[in-house]
Amino acid sequence: MFRTSCSRLQGVWKCLPHDGLVGAIVQQNLITNSSRSHLSARSLIQLCKKNQAEWMTFQHLCFLKRQYVTHSSALCQRARPKQETVTPVLDDREDSVLRQVDQLPNIKSDSGTEVPACDPQNEPEAARAARLEARQWKELKVEYSDLPGVYARLSKIRLTALVVTTAAAGYAMAPVPFDPFTFIMASVGTGLSSCTANCINQYFEVPFDSNMNRTKNRPLVRGQISPLHAVSFALACGIPGLTMLTLGVNPLTGFLGGLNIFLYTCCYTPLKRISITNTWVGAVVGAIPPVMGWTAATGSLDPGALLLGAFLFSWQFPHFNALSWNLREDYSRGGYRMMSVTHPALCKRVALRHSVGLIGLSALGPVLDVTTWSFPLVSLPINLYISYLALRFYRHGDRQNARKLFFCSLWHLPMLLLLALTCKKSRVTRDEGDVAAGATSLAV
Amino acid sequence: MNRRTVGWVFLRSLSHWDVPAPLPLKSQCRGHRQRSSQAEKHETRAERSGFSPAATSKYDWIGPPDRLSNLRPIIYHIPENETPLERKLRHLRQETEDWNHIFWTNQNITFIKEKEECVQSQLKAKGLSERDEAGRKRTLSSEEMAVFYKYFLDKNIKRHTIYNREWYRRNFTITLLMARVAVHNVWRILAGRRRGIGREKDKPA
Repeated sequence: MFRTSCSRLQGVWKCLPHDGLVGAIVQQNLITNSSRSHLSARSLIQLCKKNQAEWMTFQHLCFLKRQYVTHSSALCQRARPKQETVTPVLDDREDSVLRQVDQLPNIKSDSGTEVPACDPQNEPEAARAARLEARQWKELKVEYSDLPGVYARLSKIRLTALVVTTAAAGYAMAPVPFDPFTFIMASVGTGLSSCTANCINQYFEVPFDSNMNRTKNRPLVRGQISPLHAVSFALACGIPGLTMLTLGVNPLTGFLGGLNIFLYTCCYTPLKRISITNTWVGAVVGAIPPVMGWTAATGSLDPGALLLGAFLFSWQFPHFNALSWNLREDYSRGGYRMMSVTHPALCKRVALRHSVGLIGLSALGPVLDVTTWSFPLVSLPINLYISYLALRFYRHGDRQNARKLFFCSLWHLPMLLLLALTCKKSRVTRDEGDVAAGATSLAV
Repeated sequence: MNRRTVGWVFLRSLSHWDVPAPLPLKSQCRGHRQRSSQAEKHETRAERSGFSPAATSKYDWIGPPDRLSNLRPIIYHIPENETPLERKLRHLRQETEDWNHIFWTNQNITFIKEKEECVQSQLKAKGLSERDEAGRKRTLSSEEMAVFYKYFLDKNIKRHTIYNREWYRRNFTITLLMARVAVHNVWRILAGRRRGIGREKDKPA
């Protein structure tokens, strides 16, 4: 009887995710730790005998497994909700089985806590809650296997990838022959600088991040690494990154990279809690990478570089204002001073103004010899669409329109840069134009 | 008495509280040693949670986010031969943690309380009951709530500014101290090794 009920249960517990580690452990412990599991197994058998035909079926155990997974925070896949969830709405029989499962030792990290060998049915609620809480405590030991993931989250790797893409676009738009070495140095250097800036930003904002839903699972908040470790990582990225930009590309690009890190960490991050001008500073921070890409190619700050920077600068407003519109409660509680909370009318106006401004900036492309005349025409549909969404946001100012504007901005920018690249003025036509101009002047 | 009740009682006792002065608080330092005879150190920690790490653990332990302040508490490991520098670091981290916890608990409780009051007063002004026909709590639209969010943010700007400045100062100090401790430990290990090699050389062959 012991064997059959155990094997049935084992079959079910094998299905549990390996992260929970209950499956393998349960099997071994049921067999090896007879003294500890003796009680639980016997009680299990009693429960089996009582209502075997009724509920100890595979489906029931799968249901219990799901209940166990959702109610045990150690196995939960999603971020833990703020309210206490350990009040299972199960009937008595399933509750006692849950207690059985809880009682079996959890092998993960708190091998230090002791499992009370008390009668599960009479266990006081407080002791059970204490035991469940103990499972949520983690040892602050650096797991080397986790480090790459931690570093990726620390440096906001997806945002960094976007930043590197805009820098690469800046390089590609520059009217010079493509040099793979400079291109790679510029891209890697920009990426490392962005990692540094993001890391220091998270280092500064630990208590604020803990209190906002969007950011409460960051590595420093969860204590996966220490603050000193984070700062060391930032330096380990920043110093090679800036060196690469200064020596491998040119000093101007290196200077711009350093300036960007300074603006983001020492201006934007503290300003977020002081005044709404942080949004404008943040827009400048976003505008610098394409300028860096251009200067990496040409070595000078041409009007073309400034135009690309202006694209990014203007784009930031519909993007960020729409995003912050739906986070007003978190910003208010966390003490962040954003336009969407303190000056809502200004927020909507600025988003609209800059969306329409993108149309004007696209028209400047051919004027500054960066693109052909087809660019303002080809980009008109997407620019009109984002302006239309910004107008709706301005008029109605509700969550739905804000969300639509935000998601539109996510594809609008890559599309705009791609169109600019396809409409880039080729060097041949530019040189021919110069030669023709030279010939006419000679003739005169 | 559950935690929420404790929080409310605590808040009422600090009804005229402002941001604590930037001086270190004289709270008892939580920590765990490898020997289990440090019962008195565990007691202060047990006020907030019943957890105490194993006696054999050599690391700090971090817990789940606190329900009121959303900050994660840390129990610091006290090594046997703790240097004065390490003790200073541990005390500073502990005080900062407590100071942060007090600030954010107060912030969150005040926010929830004032938000609830705002919703109630708005509903009363409209002549609506707290719950609708289906028994669900009535909520205001996001535009009506936005007025409250702006008001709350503007009301607390001075407190936030003081808190920010103090937080940045403490964060820098703690990180610098951690760096000093790390360098000091590395130096101790290297010096110990060199002394060991020297002693071996001096030994008669």
